[in-house]
Amino acid sequence: MGISRRDFLKRTLSIAGATIIGSSTAAHALNTANERNWKLWAKKAEPHYPPHEDRYGVLVDTTACIGCRRCEWACNEWNKNPNRPIKEFEASVNQKQSVFDKVRRMHAENFTVVNRFISSKDGKPIYVKRQCMHCEEPGCLSACFVDAFRKTKEGSVLYNPSVCIGCRYCMIACPFDVPGYEYYEALNPQVSKCTMCYDRITKEGGVPSCVEICPAEVMRFGKRSDLINLAHERIRNNPGKYVDYVYGEHEVGGTSWLYLSSVPFDEIGLRTDIGKTPIPKTSKGFLFGVKMFEIVAAWPLVFGAYYAISKARKKAKTSHETSAEKKGKGHGEKH
Amino acid sequence: MAKNTNSWFREKILLGMTPRDYIISNFNVPNLIAAVILTVAVGVMIYRLLFGLGPSTNLSDNYPWGLWIGFDVLVGIALAAPGLSLGTAVHLFGMKEYHHFVRPAILSSLLGYIFAVFALMFDLGRYYRIPYLLGWSWGFTSILFLIGWHFFLYINICLIEWSPALFEWLNLRKARAFFNKLAIWATIFGVIIAGGHQSALGGLYLVAPGKLHPLWYSSLLPVFFLLSAVFAGISMVIVESTISHSVFKSKLGNFDHDHFDKLIIGLGKGAACGMFLYFILKIFAIADADNWAYLNTPFGYWFLVETLGFVLFPVFLFTSGARNQSAKLVRLAGLLTVLGVILNRLNVSIIAYNWNIPASLKYYPKWSEIALTIGVITMLVLAYRWIVNRMAIMHEHPDYESVH
Repeated sequence: MGISRRDFLKRTLSIAGATIIGSSTAAHALNTANERNWKLWAKKAEPHYPPHEDRYGVLVDTTACIGCRRCEWACNEWNKNPNRPIKEFEASVNQKQSVFDKVRRMHAENFTVVNRFISSKDGKPIYVKRQCMHCEEPGCLSACFVDAFRKTKEGSVLYNPSVCIGCRYCMIACPFDVPGYEYYEALNPQVSKCTMCYDRITKEGGVPSCVEICPAEVMRFGKRSDLINLAHERIRNNPGKYVDYVYGEHEVGGTSWLYLSSVPFDEIGLRTDIGKTPIPKTSKGFLFGVKMFEIVAAWPLVFGAYYAISKARKKAKTSHETSAEKKGKGHGEKH
Repeated sequence: MAKNTNSWFREKILLGMTPRDYIISNFNVPNLIAAVILTVAVGVMIYRLLFGLGPSTNLSDNYPWGLWIGFDVLVGIALAAPGLSLGTAVHLFGMKEYHHFVRPAILSSLLGYIFAVFALMFDLGRYYRIPYLLGWSWGFTSILFLIGWHFFLYINICLIEWSPALFEWLNLRKARAFFNKLAIWATIFGVIIAGGHQSALGGLYLVAPGKLHPLWYSSLLPVFFLLSAVFAGISMVIVESTISHSVFKSKLGNFDHDHFDKLIIGLGKGAACGMFLYFILKIFAIADADNWAYLNTPFGYWFLVETLGFVLFPVFLFTSGARNQSAKLVRLAGLLTVLGVILNRLNVSIIAYNWNIPASLKYYPKWSEIALTIGVITMLVLAYRWIVNRMAIMHEHPDYESVH
């Protein structure tokens, strides 16, 4: 294991100490952004259903992205995630061997990643930024068994670490593989993900930090309904440049982040086989069925059983009596 | 007084032996193996608690659920269904001739659930917050919420169903009579609750249509899980009773083996009916989604191994066992069925889950995950043996008349 006994003892004692003191003081060694944003929301505690008309979104034009990865740097910086100098991020686009060699996904300490794909049209690289899609009807929200997620009226999907038990069912339910988990946190691990910079967009004129830093104007922050119109307009005005489809307009019931692409979306790592049904709908019918079964079918079962029991009791009584009579007779004959 | 408690302790806990004799009587090879397994498993548990899930498991962001959920919970709960299957048959359908199997079945359900939840504690990131689920923050839209509450209720139900045996052992007549009356009601609610959460375990994967392979994903998943739990429960009774009747021979007294074999064959018939229905529904699910093309892929062959080899084949064994009155064949079929249910749960939760990600990102369990799982199973077996050796599980208590 490579740790000395002293270190082991120290660590053990500090963890034990933390348990006694409680989660509030020792919590969140890694990620703080989710908690901060949740507290910000909790102060207002605005109702999140039905979805607000003026909710925000971001339109990503993947044809414009140059792969500088500054959005990754800015995201880490703003959300106080582990970070490296911005030069290292910018360099990867020119490196022979770089992070682009593998398709990456979001993790607990990276809320956003940029991936590279090769265009089937002209063989040129296409860079695709990924982050939480902020679904209109989030799967994570419906899957969470302690109700730790909220869809805000601005459109962000927020996570509340203070009630999370760490079952990680939200990660199963997410169709975009967004939430990451702090597996190396022994005592207070959290799920963590992009908040659409809730703490920035709730301020006047605020945009997410990735949108702000982008030098190529790949992303456009605004009202979701406006962005959808804008996206279709761009497709119409640039014949042949885009696939005639806005990814996120209808995927799993619609997402706040929308994508434009020059090649089919499944070629740039955006899944096209997830359907248009919101994830919460996939379990809703079953849950309703179980509740109805338990409430409606329970009563006939209970009464049926009661009937069976009383019948059995009567039978037992009569058979007891007859057997007693028989016994009595037998005895009588013998003596 | 002190002498009195001492003798109670000796009588009840040490099986009438002196402490020294008791310890000596426990020095044997199976116990030695169990001790070695438990030492490793407890070490893994402590390691998990001190250093977290990262170092102790192979879980990743792509595979948030691994062996501890797939085996300890999904398989564990499915195989802990004997209480559901037998409880329903005997108490609700009045099949009194199977009464002999009810107490072992309820005990295995009780222990199965307790140890599944125990193993689950190591998988939860913040296990110490589990009371939040019951009384602090309720996620009504979550299938997992339903399961959590149902587990809690069902463990209590099993405790009530099992408690008459406990009170017989403790010689508390009044408590025994009271809980004996409660037990029938507990069974009725147990059927509802167990049916609800066995299906809900399949329902868990309804939210992952893009991740679970189309051959396994179906809107019928809850029905598949419920049905397979019912016949897994019956098959478990067949397998378990076969083992326990040879291990605990001394507990049985003068026991009619031919009658026992007949009952086993009867159980096999019940399991075969359930499995055949299950098989037909599986075909319907494929036809409904038009997934025939997937059958001619590697995952399709694997699917065929599961459904033909471990569902349809055991059905044939069960039926031919029933026709030839061969309990041996039925027992073999029971074993195959249990293995098939294990395979099915692992397929849904691990093997066919995330079927479209690159092989390098696939999950396979770390040794420590396997060690903890084996350790928990060992604990279950030891607890089962401890109780059967002391309480009236395999036989009726001589001082108490049967309620049936």
